[in-house]
Amino acid sequence: MAKRGGNGPNELGLTKAEYRGAPSTLCKGCGHQSIANQVISVVYEMDVLPEKIMKFSGIGCSSKSPAYFLNRSFTFNGLHGRMPSLATGAVFADHTLKAMGFSGDGDTASIGMGQFKHIMRRNVPLLYIVENNGVYGLTKGQFSATADQGLELKKQGLNPYMPVDIVREALASNATFVARAFSGDVKQLREILKAAMSHEGIAIVDIISPCVSFNNQDDALHSYSWGRDHEVAIHDLAYVPPREEIEVDYDQEVIKKVTMHDGSKIVLQKIGEEHDISKRVDAVNLLDKADEEGILLTGLFYIDTEQPSLIDIKGITEEPLNRLSNDRIRPSPEDLQDVNQRLF
Amino acid sequence: MTASDTALAEQENREQVVNDFSITIGTVNGSGSQTSNLTIIRSIFKMGIPVSGKNIYPSNIQGMPTWYTIRVSKDGYLASVPEPDIVVAMCPESFQEDVDRLPPGGMLIYDQGIRAEVEREDIFSYPLPVQKLVRDSDAPRNLQDYVANMVYVGALVALLDLEIDKVHQALDFHFSGREKPVDLNYRIIQSAAQWCSENLEKVDPYHLEPMDATKNLKLVSGNEAAAIGAAFGGVQFMGWYPITPATGLADMLKVYLPKLRKDPETGKNTFAVVQAEDELAAIGMAVGAGWGGLRAMTSTSGPGLSLMTEFAGLAYFSETPLVIWDVQRVGPSTGLPTRTSQGDVIMAHYLGHGDTQNILLFPGSPYECFEFGWKSFDIAERLQTPVYVLSDLDLGVNQWITEAFEYPEVEMDRGKVIWEDDLEAFEGNWGRYLDVDGDGIPYRTVPGNKHPESAWFARGTGHDEYARYSEDPEDFLENMERLRKKYETARPLMPEPVLDEMEGAEVGILAYGSTDPAVQEARDHLRDRGIPTDSLRLRAIPFSSAVHEFIRAHRRIYVVEMNRDGQVHKLLSLEVPEETGKMVSVAKVDGLPLTAEWIVGQIESMEEK
Repeated sequence: MAKRGGNGPNELGLTKAEYRGAPSTLCKGCGHQSIANQVISVVYEMDVLPEKIMKFSGIGCSSKSPAYFLNRSFTFNGLHGRMPSLATGAVFADHTLKAMGFSGDGDTASIGMGQFKHIMRRNVPLLYIVENNGVYGLTKGQFSATADQGLELKKQGLNPYMPVDIVREALASNATFVARAFSGDVKQLREILKAAMSHEGIAIVDIISPCVSFNNQDDALHSYSWGRDHEVAIHDLAYVPPREEIEVDYDQEVIKKVTMHDGSKIVLQKIGEEHDISKRVDAVNLLDKADEEGILLTGLFYIDTEQPSLIDIKGITEEPLNRLSNDRIRPSPEDLQDVNQRLF
Repeated sequence: MTASDTALAEQENREQVVNDFSITIGTVNGSGSQTSNLTIIRSIFKMGIPVSGKNIYPSNIQGMPTWYTIRVSKDGYLASVPEPDIVVAMCPESFQEDVDRLPPGGMLIYDQGIRAEVEREDIFSYPLPVQKLVRDSDAPRNLQDYVANMVYVGALVALLDLEIDKVHQALDFHFSGREKPVDLNYRIIQSAAQWCSENLEKVDPYHLEPMDATKNLKLVSGNEAAAIGAAFGGVQFMGWYPITPATGLADMLKVYLPKLRKDPETGKNTFAVVQAEDELAAIGMAVGAGWGGLRAMTSTSGPGLSLMTEFAGLAYFSETPLVIWDVQRVGPSTGLPTRTSQGDVIMAHYLGHGDTQNILLFPGSPYECFEFGWKSFDIAERLQTPVYVLSDLDLGVNQWITEAFEYPEVEMDRGKVIWEDDLEAFEGNWGRYLDVDGDGIPYRTVPGNKHPESAWFARGTGHDEYARYSEDPEDFLENMERLRKKYETARPLMPEPVLDEMEGAEVGILAYGSTDPAVQEARDHLRDRGIPTDSLRLRAIPFSSAVHEFIRAHRRIYVVEMNRDGQVHKLLSLEVPEETGKMVSVAKVDGLPLTAEWIVGQIESMEEK
């Protein structure tokens, strides 16, 4: 793995610059920008060829952002709330590529709720990032479905509704990897993204990502200052690449080691109370308690590496479908003769 | 002697009616009558007689009246007819209505458990003791309701000379050779036939006689033919959502693909079929797969197509190939879900907001469902655009006679897809939307290409030739003009219309899709009445020059179609505005397939003016 924080050539001989995108048009200080930067670092550090990645997005600030990183990766910026279906079809084209989806809270929790739910059900191999800021930025600051109840915004007034919680929705829909991060905590974000990249199935990462233009007042749940003051990680998560030794801080108790399909490992070390990431109900209890205490819980809430992905379920060829030659996808004249014979 | 007695007596004196009549069978839906009806049509087909069957069914699972109309025609006329010659009345609810359908001299076969006697004396009536025959059989109690409908199959064996060995052949096919159900049903048919021979005296004139007109032909539904076509077209991804009457297409893909499309070496699938959560996702998946370089498709009907609109626009604008089958049913809205129509033409052609123009194919037979099943992928990938195949319920669901399917005569056309080596040749000047060849079709890379310059950013937003976001007016104009040019490039690639000429014809009939049998039959009748016509069967939009020529060459053009507004008539008026005066819309949608009689009536009355 390339050195953390470096810029020089990684194992593929690519510098970090080769993982960048077009100049960003996001607002200065936008949480999404720090996510973009972390995606660049993660893919670079993991020595993944940009051509081995596909990016997908819907509509909104979050969905514009794939233009600002991984220029050399194929990208489809599609329709509002429909990123999941687009990605579902595309992963069949070349299943050896890693698919990443970028969505927002409006894109996922409002217009896209249906597709969000169903992509989890099918365990589509996709790293699904929700850049969650509680507001519609591009249309100038309306409340989104994840906005906290009682949130007051200058032009919108008071939000009377209860919020949708991405993590709880993911748990309820049997997502096989469910995590939450805070874009103000890049060290943890990076480790979670690396772990999610290694998951062969749907990986939902809810990232609280402040909107500096419309929802960053100190008391707002999706703001930098509130996040910094209230974030509590449920464990210390470290990603260990394939073939590398586990190096841990021996002051902390190792709660769990999860071996991923690619041979990498996720190592969890205890911080406070112990949390069992194989039990959904534990995660929900933890989240309820966090709500009572008024804290922002982050970390890996749940993982299941046993469920087959949609690609496995459909039993497609090892060779990418989009590389199959014509003679392998058109049956023979004898086959047609046989079909004709079997018709009445 | 009463008037009706006279009619009957005249009928008796008339000659036998052989292989030229139609049967309407009224049953309760969900009672297994579909098996009986298919057995009858298949048996007649195997007797070598031209035959068609139309299922007029309710949007319901069990318990409502449903009708099946079989037309037998030694002359090969297989369109619907307005009234039946023979009625089989097995449904209590529609009994009287069904009896009343018969013209004087008609033949009625009925379940005497519903009504002991029928009042009409101007028809030939045959009561059947259905309950008794079923009870006397060895059918298990739980299956008795289902096999009850086999009794009328037996009656047709005895009364119409439906050949019993052909019946066995049909049952054997239906139950895929499974002995138990074949024997059970066959025994009931036999005993019913025997009872009829012993207890009923044949007095009506209707007969089936073996012919040699269906040799080497097949009996198949358009949906099944489309699925076979798609399998041979190399379909790699199918995203779909259940909807009447398109579901059969997906069902058939799930039958054929595992048989035909496993990699011989590894046994792995070269395809994936995913049932989506709705039509939005169904087409979304297909767009993703098409963008990824797969032969992708979806199938739906009107309401589903409405839901697919936003992705259809994205596919058009991002230039993503995919095939969309629309097996049309009657709209607007939920409309008549189990009835046929050609009402989606204008919607499909312009599907999407902003300026869009989509390519439409109109299969007119199961053979063309097969042919367009594979050809549509070639067209979609060549033109990098969605291709809409507009079938309909009549064509998709009912059994039609067809020639055996012929292997595609051309190599698969994957269009302008470039891989690593091809990109080298561009020497760093490849742009996703650059019109290199001047035909409006740019070169395309797909994910998995390892060339460092292969990636591009697909989007539904305004873009320049290099797929970069652009709000520049020049960029937008150029892009939209190129898309228009691409549409012109499409014209010669479309399946040509089918022309049929008649001596002395001054007027032309322009039609498309499943109305063809009615149109061709109507033309024969019109000729007999002194109005010879030429016909042109449209098979695609954009219109080819042959369409222009046909319109120009005739004094008057009747555009026959199954919708209220004359949708193709309207599109033709935009295409050739200078000829609008001579084009007459002959359009109707009431849920039933068009009849030759109706077309003749319309054209005759207008020709008289």
